[in-house]
Amino acid sequence: MASPDAPLRLDNVVVRFGPTTALDRVSLTLERGETVVLLGAAGSGKTVLLKTALALVHPNAGRVFLFGQETGKLKEEQLFELRSRMGILFQEGGLFDSMTIEENVGYPLLNQKSLRCPLAEVQTRVEEALRFVELGHTMAKVPSELSGGMRRRVGIARAVVTRPELVLYDSPTAGLDPITANTIMTLIAKERDTRGTTTALATHRYQDGHLLANYRYNANTGRLEAAPNGGDDLRTRFVVLNEGRIVFEGSQNELEASEDLYISKFAKRLTED
Amino acid sequence: MLDFLKSPIYTVQTFMLLAGRALRNIVRQPHYWDDIAMQMDIVGVGSLPMVLLIGLFTGAVITLQMASTLNQYGASGQVGRIVSVTLIVELGPVLTAILVAGRNASGMASELGSMKVTEQIDAMRALGTDPVQKLVTPRLLATILMLPVLVIISDFMGLIGGYLVGCVLLGLTTAQQFWSSAYQALGYRDIIQGLIKPFAFAFIIALVGCHYGMATTGGTQGVGRATTQAVVVASVWIIVITFFIGKFFVNL
Repeated sequence: MASPDAPLRLDNVVVRFGPTTALDRVSLTLERGETVVLLGAAGSGKTVLLKTALALVHPNAGRVFLFGQETGKLKEEQLFELRSRMGILFQEGGLFDSMTIEENVGYPLLNQKSLRCPLAEVQTRVEEALRFVELGHTMAKVPSELSGGMRRRVGIARAVVTRPELVLYDSPTAGLDPITANTIMTLIAKERDTRGTTTALATHRYQDGHLLANYRYNANTGRLEAAPNGGDDLRTRFVVLNEGRIVFEGSQNELEASEDLYISKFAKRLTED
Repeated sequence: MLDFLKSPIYTVQTFMLLAGRALRNIVRQPHYWDDIAMQMDIVGVGSLPMVLLIGLFTGAVITLQMASTLNQYGASGQVGRIVSVTLIVELGPVLTAILVAGRNASGMASELGSMKVTEQIDAMRALGTDPVQKLVTPRLLATILMLPVLVIISDFMGLIGGYLVGCVLLGLTTAQQFWSSAYQALGYRDIIQGLIKPFAFAFIIALVGCHYGMATTGGTQGVGRATTQAVVVASVWIIVITFFIGKFFVNL
């Protein structure tokens, strides 16, 4: 049973774009401190699900609750307040290409009125967030001067600069080489484990989910290490989407044991890689 | 059976919603003054060289083409009158607006379109900003403020072009007669009509440009499509609206 103030709850959500059904009766709850890994092929509805969670896309049917409040009943101004408690990393980073990195990361602090971040503090917070993603030296650059992986890291800095309770990551490793992908995933684990953020990660790579389910960030060594108790403390759940429907929801062990052809494809890919 | 109507009706609906929100935001906080100033620079100062040239040569061409006809009727002294009325009432506003549509409606559509396909518009909403307030309203305000100014400059340059061809090049009339007939030909009604039009065109240019930009789907190809549509639709509407405004004033 979902707690009433769960950061995110989707209840029988249907999203259609013209004749296409992007999400078909999706129900999903994210409890505080939990990690949910959304697996699915391209076009399976991962991005739409995250955008619906942020109330950027409004469902045709069903209800979405953010921190216990139903988004469909709120005005855009009220949604801004709820969104200020969340962070998002868009698939392509979603950075404003006409602004510097500093302005990009500072944007939510200056524009999310409910945060009431004092002007004097903005600079410090931006520097702190960029140090977090190890890009403190890029403040004055514009996004086009950075590599794909660096842009993604700036996106993470912008998502976490407001110290959100819930962070959504949309395919953070898509199109990156394995080493950069690993750096990005380490940063996501670092944010989750140092601040206890509730995390939703959409990805088509099982490795990413596997990493979040089994490893935790050690602040002393600055590296990932295998989590004790087989990762039980990390409270990671896997959700598999296929053509807008949730076809699996459960633990890593259940996912790996699945006989279903589509579902097992994601779990098996790790051993093949 | 009526499925073919769905898409145009949907377009009109989203356009009207966008227009309503952009207008409402003019009187609402927050105001992005930096963005408004930047857009005024892009639309106003950026279009100035083009408007100066086009205005000058439009006046020159009207005079050139009218010269032989006016000579036939022995009315070459009236060249100033013809240039001032055609330019200030009709050609000045329409030509300037079509050029600004080509330059700025396309610019707005491609800029907003690129932002849309790279999720920057979504990012704005996710990070606490209303994209209409931040992107559309400044462009609308800047165009409303700048287009009438550009039209006035274009009209003036047209008169200078007319004077240069009529008086200096062809010697149709004296400078004094040219300017006094140009001045006397204009009634308040002509001037009002000539100044109302750029206001109406400014709404069309900014809102059509932003509408197609915000409605962009389908990657880079979509941005190209949005840009073309914005220019075509804005230009067509400018001509249609000028007819109706003209008809309204003729009937007065």
